[in-house]
Amino acid sequence: MTTVITAILILFGLAVVFGIILGYASVRFRVEGNPIVDQIDALLPQTQCGQCGYPGCRPYAEAISNGDAINKCPPGGQSTIEALADLLDVEAVPLDAEHGEEQAKTVAFIREDECIGCTKCIQACPVDAILGAAKQMHTVISSECTGCDLCVEPCPVDCIDMIPVETTIANWKWPAPAESRNLNLIATDRGRGELQHQEAH
Amino acid sequence: MGKVFAFHGGIHPPENKKQSTRTPIRKAPLPKLLYLPLQQHIGMAASPLVNVGDRVLKGQMIAEPVGRISASLHAPTSGTIRSIGPHPVPHASGLESDCIVIESDGQDEWLEHKGLEDYTQLEPSALIEHIRRCGIAGMGGAGFPTDVKLHLGDDHIVNTLIINAAECEPYITADDMLMRERAHEILGGIRVISHLLKPSHIMIGIEDNKSHAIHTLESVLKGCDLNIDIRVVPTKYPSGGERQLIQLLTGLEVPSGHIPADIGIVCQNIGTTAAIYRAVHHGEPLISRIVTVTGDAVAQPQNLEALIGTPFADLLDAANVYENKLYRLVMGGPMMGVTIEHDQIPVIKTTNCIIAATIDEMPPAPPEQPCIRCNMCEQVCPVTLLPQQLYWFSKGREFDKAKHHNLFDCIECGACAYVCPSSIPLVQYYRFAKSEIRTEEAEQRKADHARERFEARQARLEREQEEKEARRKARAEEAARAQKARKSAETETTAAEPVQDINALKTAAAVARTKLKKAQKALDAARDSGEGDIPALEAAVQAAQTSSEQAQQALEKAEGAKPAAPAAVDTKQLKTAAAVARTKLKKAQKALDAARESGEGDLATLEAALKAAQESADQAQQAFEQAESGASTDAAAAGPDLKQLKTAAAVARTKLKKARDALKNAEDKGLEGLDKLRATLTTLEQKADEADKAYKDAESAAGASAAPAQAAPIDMKALKQQVSIMRTKLKKAEAALDGLEGDERTQAEQALEELRQRHAEADKAFKAAEQAQIDAAAAQGVDLKQLKIDAAMARAAVTKLERALAKTEEAQERTSIEAELVTARDKAEQLNKTLQQHEPA
Repeated sequence: MTTVITAILILFGLAVVFGIILGYASVRFRVEGNPIVDQIDALLPQTQCGQCGYPGCRPYAEAISNGDAINKCPPGGQSTIEALADLLDVEAVPLDAEHGEEQAKTVAFIREDECIGCTKCIQACPVDAILGAAKQMHTVISSECTGCDLCVEPCPVDCIDMIPVETTIANWKWPAPAESRNLNLIATDRGRGELQHQEAH
Repeated sequence: MGKVFAFHGGIHPPENKKQSTRTPIRKAPLPKLLYLPLQQHIGMAASPLVNVGDRVLKGQMIAEPVGRISASLHAPTSGTIRSIGPHPVPHASGLESDCIVIESDGQDEWLEHKGLEDYTQLEPSALIEHIRRCGIAGMGGAGFPTDVKLHLGDDHIVNTLIINAAECEPYITADDMLMRERAHEILGGIRVISHLLKPSHIMIGIEDNKSHAIHTLESVLKGCDLNIDIRVVPTKYPSGGERQLIQLLTGLEVPSGHIPADIGIVCQNIGTTAAIYRAVHHGEPLISRIVTVTGDAVAQPQNLEALIGTPFADLLDAANVYENKLYRLVMGGPMMGVTIEHDQIPVIKTTNCIIAATIDEMPPAPPEQPCIRCNMCEQVCPVTLLPQQLYWFSKGREFDKAKHHNLFDCIECGACAYVCPSSIPLVQYYRFAKSEIRTEEAEQRKADHARERFEARQARLEREQEEKEARRKARAEEAARAQKARKSAETETTAAEPVQDINALKTAAAVARTKLKKAQKALDAARDSGEGDIPALEAAVQAAQTSSEQAQQALEKAEGAKPAAPAAVDTKQLKTAAAVARTKLKKAQKALDAARESGEGDLATLEAALKAAQESADQAQQAFEQAESGASTDAAAAGPDLKQLKTAAAVARTKLKKARDALKNAEDKGLEGLDKLRATLTTLEQKADEADKAYKDAESAAGASAAPAQAAPIDMKALKQQVSIMRTKLKKAEAALDGLEGDERTQAEQALEELRQRHAEADKAFKAAEQAQIDAAAAQGVDLKQLKIDAAMARAAVTKLERALAKTEEAQERTSIEAELVTARDKAEQLNKTLQQHEPA
């Protein structure tokens, strides 16, 4: 009998000790906010364009963490979808065309002599990339522009263009090496180089 | 000679260096046009200092550095600036970039220049600034601005200076020829560098295939006071790589992600030392360099001293290129160089070699075969990476893994691709992966930056909202406080001043009465049921009664005091009071009559009440009349209020009409009191006439005073309104005219005529004012902007509508949009026209 009581007491004691430890840990090491939202937000392109139907990237990140589809971000494109699928361990799905298509990166440009200084675009810009004051010409700080498109609609004189980002030496990328078409041939079948030799002559 | 260490891997490709060392360095002929890219190095592009059409002299600075890692640019010869704009530049992408184009005038006229007297006496920073101003950049690889490297002594302990003369890549002999012919310049440059960096040990790393150069250097260094070692290293590609050479000479490996200076070593290209010598001793900026022009497609492979900016075509011509044999043009060596498509690409500070290759020399790359995992690439990699793994990761786009396998330590030497039996273009894969990773990182940085900005903006908006809210609250509080203060001030003044808010007092009295009633009721109920705290209720009733009485008293007092209020005689109020008194009188009369008829009630009281009412009514009427006469004289004296007068006149007329009607009625019915009515009518007529007259006088006076007022600031809006009012009146009058007959008609017609005249006048005035305004605006050019804005808005509206039209499919909507579009277009066109009319002014 005593053994049974001892065992129960020991188990009870252990339960109390671990309960205290866990209770302390849950207070001491409490995680503020939802870390997965931060991780998702870090993967989103931060254009804040709202094409996903949410008012910015973070709200969409929150929606994804609550189970929304991961394919609603056209600016991020397929690579973002893949990264999200990787993070959340779900199937990567193609981009939902309903929310727009993946387009080349653009930057807003104000035709300055047509600008009337209404400040409407300034209010629309989610990243404060437009400079200007009332009745003064506005201009876009192109290095800060995310190409979200949100300034185009409010302009009363339609003087904002979305210009595709030009490829310059600074942002040029090496292309992927072309896939070989003769992958299935063995070297002896092919007459390496000679054929091309003749063609060239 | 000290010990030479070894590095992992490396290859031994055919050297092909003999062809171009047969003849001495020759000056390339002066080209007609020189193209100087603003960016010839990593870092920021230089900013042009000259304008198109300017004449520049040889050695004149034409672009200044922007930021720390940037180099200035100098005119390589005298001539005029022809253009500044995009031109193909030496870059793997084949893209264009901004270049300054100089048209040479053939005189090659130098800007006045001289070297520094004694650089050893100069402040190191001044000496480095001189080198920076001379645009010296690394002439070996990336073209890193030399002044930045010379500053390394400030925050690093530099104990070893290595001069890179290995020139390991096949074909290239530019450094070899430089050493053979200009060894003293090299030594001079080394002296300057060592003066700045103060290394304890200087080593010149040179491959053993350049025996001539080694010999010349040794002879020059004989008797040199500096601690310079010539270290001959075995010929092996890529021993000329900075990190490989450091490993060869010192046995030390530069850690990944660090620069050589972190382990106390600075490496300089041998060509750079010669350029530094020229800059310091002769004051010559970096405007030329030695370029090896070689390959089987040129008749005389040789080294040419070419001006920076010389198009490759000119150099190829100088070396007699066989156009028909030329298959491929390579800039740089065969291992790390890039094929270029365009022979107008200019020489830049880092161009060391141009290979004009025949097809036999550099055949097209054989097709890529599958990797057989032979591991040969790993054996030759000088950085001891795992090229095969990197290849798989790059091909599979697993860039993260590639990065973990130190992809960024790859120097892209091409040794792996050279030995690959499957002819896999490995370096291309690595370059692709690297640029993908860089782009991704740049995008990530941009995204983070955008997030930061977005969050900052959100925070700002929130803060502004809060501030607004706080301000609103503060305002509300302020208002409440002010209200309170006013109230307390009012209660204070009640005692002192009899003038107070009777209404408020009345309400208070009424409230007190209601309370009293309620209390009474409660008390009654309590008494009836016998429950509740009767004494308390009684006390409450008592209190309510007292307060009610007090309120009533206060009210009465105030009311009593009111008539004493002098000056401010409110006729309206008086009128109301008189009317109320009259009504009361009537009621009293009625009550009395009823009482008499029924024979009940206290007749005496009623009569007394009637009398009192009559009295008060009389008093009120009197007061009112007095006030009115006073007010009217006041008003007349002060300045005639047209509107009021007009109303008064109209009222008088109406009254007159009513009185007439009443009289007629009475006459018809033969009722008594006709005389009285007649008398009233006469008075009324008189009054109406007076009012009319007063109004007309006032109007004419106003018209006289308004005319000059109009002349000054033209109130267009008011004028316009006036005109339209006139028009309406005219129309109405015309309509009324149809319904009239006889005398009235003639009268009306007269009136109409008058109206017409007035309308015409007003219209004229309005038009004149408008014209004057437009003229003034046109003269000042103020309106132009507004016009422009209007025109732009109209245009935008048109485009927006067009877009909407294109989008909508429903027929009904379409027609409405189309109609809108037409009006919008008209408006836009009109505005445009006006704008065009005014614009030349």
